[in-house]
Amino acid sequence: MATQGRIERKFQELRARGEAALIPFIVAGDPDLRHSAMLVTEMEARGADLIELGVPFSDPMADGPANQRALARGLAAGASLSAILGMVGELRQQTEIPIILFGYFNPYFRYGCDRLCADAAQAGVDGLLVVDMPPEESAELAQPARAAGIDLIYLLAPTTPPERSRAIANSASGFLYYVSVTGVTGARAQVGADVEHHVRELSAITTLPIGVGFGISTPEQAAQVAVYADAVVVGSALSLLIETHGGSDRLLPAVGALVGAMKQAMRAARRGQPQAASA
Amino acid sequence: MQNLPDRHGRFGEYGGRWVAETLMPALLELEQAYKQARRDPQFRAELERLSREYVGRPTPLYHAANLSARLKGAKIYLKREDLCHTGAHKVNNTLGQALLAVRMNKSRITAETGAGQHGVATATMAARFERECEVFMGSLDVERQSLNVFRMKLLGAKVRPVDAGSRSLKDALNEALRDWITNVRTTYYLIGTAAGPHPYPMIVRDFQAVIGREARRQIMRHEGRLPDALIACVNGGSNAIGLFYPFIKDSGVKMIGVEAAGLGLNGPSHAATLTAGSVGVLHGNRTYLLQDEMGQIRETHSIAAGLDYPGVGPEHAWLKDTGRAAYVTATDADALEALKLLSETEGIIPALESAHAVAHAVRLAPSMPRDSIMIVNLSGRGDKDMQSVAKALGVSL
Repeated sequence: MATQGRIERKFQELRARGEAALIPFIVAGDPDLRHSAMLVTEMEARGADLIELGVPFSDPMADGPANQRALARGLAAGASLSAILGMVGELRQQTEIPIILFGYFNPYFRYGCDRLCADAAQAGVDGLLVVDMPPEESAELAQPARAAGIDLIYLLAPTTPPERSRAIANSASGFLYYVSVTGVTGARAQVGADVEHHVRELSAITTLPIGVGFGISTPEQAAQVAVYADAVVVGSALSLLIETHGGSDRLLPAVGALVGAMKQAMRAARRGQPQAASA
Repeated sequence: MQNLPDRHGRFGEYGGRWVAETLMPALLELEQAYKQARRDPQFRAELERLSREYVGRPTPLYHAANLSARLKGAKIYLKREDLCHTGAHKVNNTLGQALLAVRMNKSRITAETGAGQHGVATATMAARFERECEVFMGSLDVERQSLNVFRMKLLGAKVRPVDAGSRSLKDALNEALRDWITNVRTTYYLIGTAAGPHPYPMIVRDFQAVIGREARRQIMRHEGRLPDALIACVNGGSNAIGLFYPFIKDSGVKMIGVEAAGLGLNGPSHAATLTAGSVGVLHGNRTYLLQDEMGQIRETHSIAAGLDYPGVGPEHAWLKDTGRAAYVTATDADALEALKLLSETEGIIPALESAHAVAHAVRLAPSMPRDSIMIVNLSGRGDKDMQSVAKALGVSL
């Protein structure tokens, strides 16, 4: 057995405390890499448990408008993979928060799968999520990732049939990411009524923690999902805040306030209803 | 030669299904539906009947005697896909896939389009089969191709301008995929070229292979033997793979794809993916791409609006690597010259895309013996290009 990673350790701690994880997603380099690093530490201070860093790509086919624009800003700010790994390396001087790179395969592929996993592990990255890489295509990244002790996080969708979910769960590590909408990233008015049912079904077939994302943008929605899921991912709402405040003084307080409010609402929801699906 | 793609949808290392999980079940469903349809005599009979009565197949294989005489070399035959309904080979694919959409009970058909040719061919079939139709088109292209936008609307389609990225074909494809991710249960996504995630490269190739099957039969009737060379323009590569595929096992038949060199391969203004690109993953398949060293996709240029995609179908990537097909380039200027020459010598105005294939034929024919035979795929007609040709020649209309 490899030594226990930061992701697994974090979920164990949270489980022991009866909490669900809050996982903010921001695009690395939005508005620039210096602010991204500051955002990570600010979000951690406000209650973020894990961090997803979006890796800019010119053609983000699974992202809605808010994240598309955020990725374009990251690209314009020069957030290449090597620059992002450099930033993570520096962050590791100050924080042990688990960090997951969230991106599309082509930039990883051009960097080189072997080299990426080695460099990412060295920098202190804990997981990779590749939006356009289903398990069927994962061989060349899965092997070096395993060797480097990096978790490959897979997405499950509302369209994924049960037997396929089981197969994906068997090849995944870290946690499973349930996409709560049949659609791209971006805020939705409400969380679908069937999400809870799907998450409970999934928790019956895996021991991995289950995170829920795509479409969650408010403390109320986060609280609702935290009752039955192990983790809540918020992305586009933060991209919009970053778009509004850019590199101004108001950026960190604004992002910190939303993260803090979400985490607080999630804690309150769990206290009111301690029965988590996989607890 | 093996039968490709393999069961993972790969041609060697190329192809595959590089998509968001939401789409995986839909791709598996499409593959099943297609395999059943292909075996169903009723489906095949309907495809054949409509190809004949609606599309106008078989298209002629025409001996371009004047052009051949002018070039003093190989005997040049033109496969006249320009005579298809809607004016280009695109319709072979949209007919086949629309029949598949009907069979799968999908009420809505979507497509991406660059110049608008595939959008028009899709809107045509949506009208014929009474489906709702939405076509995604980069907002730059919407401005540049107002005539085709009007045609699509006349055919009852909704045209959705895409403002993201470079506002052209690749961005339209991104948006079509996003729409499919969102409406996957009701929507048939009708991709326009032999690229994208498996099973699309296979499906599009199979529906376009009618070009090569007919050409094979026709050249045997005219000449009693197979040709020495096949020439077709390549961007996504659907007309080329349609012509090449039925000849792949005939090792004596050279297959030559012609990419758009735009303003020249020394600068960034071209779309010669196989010639000047590198391997990567985009829009669901692994293939050659025009990209920077970080894996970001580059913008392209060609005088032919239908040749400006920064990728290429995975089967072409495989044919290149195995050496079975050769890929060369023609510049904007070469294509314009070829368009003028074919118009003057044969009374046929080719599409600017097809003019790239003609340009290479013009280059190659003189070096070949008089008794050698080449088939050039005339994938589309040039009427749609008259504005850009006039502009390039400095004529104001």
